[in-house]
Amino acid sequence: MELKDLYRDVILDHNKRPRNFGQLENPDARADGHNPLCGDRLTLSLKMNGNRVEDVRFEGKGCAISTASASLMTEAIKGKDRAAIDELFTKVHTLLTEQSAVPTPDLGKLAALSGVREFPARVKCASLCWHTLNAALEQNGSGASTPVSTE
Amino acid sequence: MAASVMHSAPAATTYDVERVRRDFPILSREVHGRKLVYLDSAASAQRPQQVIDAVDRYEKFSHANVHRGVHALSQEATEAFEGARDRVRRFINARSTREIIFTRGTTESINLAAQSWARSRLGKGDEILITALEHHANIVPWQLVCEQVGCTLKVAPIDRKGEPIFDKFLESLSPRTKLVAAAHVSNALGTILPIKRIIDAAHTHGALVLVDGAQAIPHTRVDMQALDADFYAFSAHKLYGPTGIGVLYGREALLEAMPPWQGGGDMIRSVTFEKTTFNDLPWKFEAGTPNMSGAVGLAAAMDYVDSLGIENIASHEHSLLELATAELQRIPGLKIIGTAANKAAVVSFTLEGIHPHDIGTILDAEGVAIRTGHHCAMPVMDFFEVPATARASFACYTTAEEVGKLVAAIRKVREVFG
Repeated sequence: MELKDLYRDVILDHNKRPRNFGQLENPDARADGHNPLCGDRLTLSLKMNGNRVEDVRFEGKGCAISTASASLMTEAIKGKDRAAIDELFTKVHTLLTEQSAVPTPDLGKLAALSGVREFPARVKCASLCWHTLNAALEQNGSGASTPVSTE
Repeated sequence: MAASVMHSAPAATTYDVERVRRDFPILSREVHGRKLVYLDSAASAQRPQQVIDAVDRYEKFSHANVHRGVHALSQEATEAFEGARDRVRRFINARSTREIIFTRGTTESINLAAQSWARSRLGKGDEILITALEHHANIVPWQLVCEQVGCTLKVAPIDRKGEPIFDKFLESLSPRTKLVAAAHVSNALGTILPIKRIIDAAHTHGALVLVDGAQAIPHTRVDMQALDADFYAFSAHKLYGPTGIGVLYGREALLEAMPPWQGGGDMIRSVTFEKTTFNDLPWKFEAGTPNMSGAVGLAAAMDYVDSLGIENIASHEHSLLELATAELQRIPGLKIIGTAANKAAVVSFTLEGIHPHDIGTILDAEGVAIRTGHHCAMPVMDFFEVPATARASFACYTTAEEVGKLVAAIRKVREVFG
């Protein structure tokens, strides 16, 4: 268990300077995520073009892992359609939970999250934004969603 | 005495913390390749060998069901269990063992009082007054009762130091107030509440008082007759005893008049399909086979604490609290949450720009165990406008060297985050 594996430079950078931070005006979908254990909260807003994510912003308060994970996620999903996002979510989930998982090249910077699995208490921090994204995508076109909780 | 104890070992004091530490097997283990520094005793204290042995002896040699059999083991188990009850009575100076109800812990104790006393006594127009410092266990049971019977929950405010504002508390009392439920010591901030003044003021207004003593019992002498509380709840595991066992103290006349809470074996005298008569106190409130080994462990924990002297423990912890407070304040960006004049061995803090969860993980890698989160006191976090805090808590076995390791580990957090 190495701290450097968890707090990699990419993670620290995205925590300090989160990308796509804020809210979109008139979003097509929005969802709130909450991790009651540590008090992390985030709001995700999406601009859609069909089932493709045209733009995405997130806002909230959280630990370095949840902030960096959300920031990295917004960069990774922009321009992708639902099927590609689902595929990415599956790969990130595997990366976060399976000891032997090797990051595939298409994960890009998201590979920096592979250190999280050594810290089981922190997996929820990294996955909160993805569950929130799922809720926002479900909500897109189907009315309101209930807040997502990772508890 | 020794107000300025800093890095050097406390001078001429009879409290030998190294000897105390040898009683706690877990303290010699390593975590992530480093010597464990356990600063989470406010969540759950570790157990000394004396408690482990007492439970072990009971399990190995004396276990059977209580209050039932005529055989020798049942007699022994009953004696051990009822002996533990008397040990508790002496520890908190209650008048009678009829006032000592064994429960699963503080939470169950409060729920018992809520469901038996409050639910049967209160109705529309009645008020329950709590403080803004309470643990969820002293909020939610009252909210449930309010929903059930239509009474109202009121909250007495705290100030920025994390102390109840006593004048506001007095203003919140009225003839409608039927119960005041307050912590003796705040788990999130360490504030020691002026509980005797709270009890006296409530009684003047004709209200009863339930005290959540979970955090007070390991740090201060608790005397039921001197305090005059109507109910007092605590858990064994904060007092170096086992989990799953706790106590509800209640004044005998109150308990006598209260209806049973749970039904089952042990709480009855006779049962027919037409009519059941209930057992005497305290068994009326102890349906089902109780946690005998837990009670034995709690009694052993009380023996242990008395062997050290709770005043000695308290003064040892207080010197650590002063040391930690002074050292932590020197760390840039560190803010101590909860700065009451009277505090027990708890320091809650935040680091600017760094989430408590990250602090907890980095400290853990250094072998330092602290609690991070909302400490089951979300309204307290909301009041201080923080999502969570990091909390270090001290116990009879904590050393000044460990406080030093805490401070060094927090400096490491700063390094990691640049």
